[in-house]
Amino acid sequence: MPKLYFEDFKPGLFGEFGPRLITREEIVAFAAEFDPQPMHLDEDAARETLLHGLAASGWHTCGVMMRMLCDGFLLDSSSMGANAVDEVRWMKPVRPGDTLTLRFTVLETRASRSRPDIGFVTVLIEMINQTGTAVMTLKNALMFGTRTGAKS
Amino acid sequence: MKYFEEYRIGDRTETGAHRFEADEIKSFARRFDPQRFHVDEEEAARTHFGKLCASGWHTAFLWMRAQVEYRRRESDRRRARGEGVAKVGPSPGFRDLKWIKPVYVGDTITFATEIVETRVSNSKPEWGIIRMYNTGTNQDGDLVMSFVSTAFIERRPSR
Repeated sequence: MPKLYFEDFKPGLFGEFGPRLITREEIVAFAAEFDPQPMHLDEDAARETLLHGLAASGWHTCGVMMRMLCDGFLLDSSSMGANAVDEVRWMKPVRPGDTLTLRFTVLETRASRSRPDIGFVTVLIEMINQTGTAVMTLKNALMFGTRTGAKS
Repeated sequence: MKYFEEYRIGDRTETGAHRFEADEIKSFARRFDPQRFHVDEEEAARTHFGKLCASGWHTAFLWMRAQVEYRRRESDRRRARGEGVAKVGPSPGFRDLKWIKPVYVGDTITFATEIVETRVSNSKPEWGIIRMYNTGTNQDGDLVMSFVSTAFIERRPSR
């Protein structure tokens, strides 16, 4: 049985997950597969860019975020996924050797008007590096099954 | 890449296409998004998706790959013609990402990008900023994904 349902989410800080080490090998492997720009592949080429050195693809940070969310609690929930992401901001480079912590804050919750078995949880997800700096923020609404809907 | 000054609002380019197979849907999901509807056919059948479907992030990451590969082809064509190639800066992010329809096994998604705004950067005058409306469309012509992103593009160097 899933542990977390829509009703269990309340506005405020929900939790922090991680930390997760980001290695050079992982940065390059992700970039080679999904975002093969020189600034994500090669230190010398990256030094010539606005990133001033090798940094992870922002999409890689999104992938790390999603996996940390799943490992943290999402798989033990009535998650139905999401059909949108309102905003992602890539604010600071993620360098080889950085460790990232995921901070999950609930902004608001809203039961579905049409379906009693679904609720929407609007969240702010921050990926924070070892200096306490947010390198990425993400805002969207996640869909969860309701406990009352599950019983009926 | 074209220089910033060469971008026209309304220019739309198809950058590539990808057919989603079951094994890759599951292996991507196991790495990045192991929710049950992305990793197991029987589990997916019990959910609102009805069938195994790809993580939305899988579709988004493949859009990026198609974008980078398109840029490389365009840069190679320009070099072959003796034209300069503009650098692209790191993106500050994206917004209004929508996963409109699920992507199922056997779906072929065609990726595209359309220029919606261009403006010179105030803070970095050698760079311009383009805003793009980016999409993935399936084989039936249905929009499956869209989002808006911005990119820094080098301006044509003065002689």
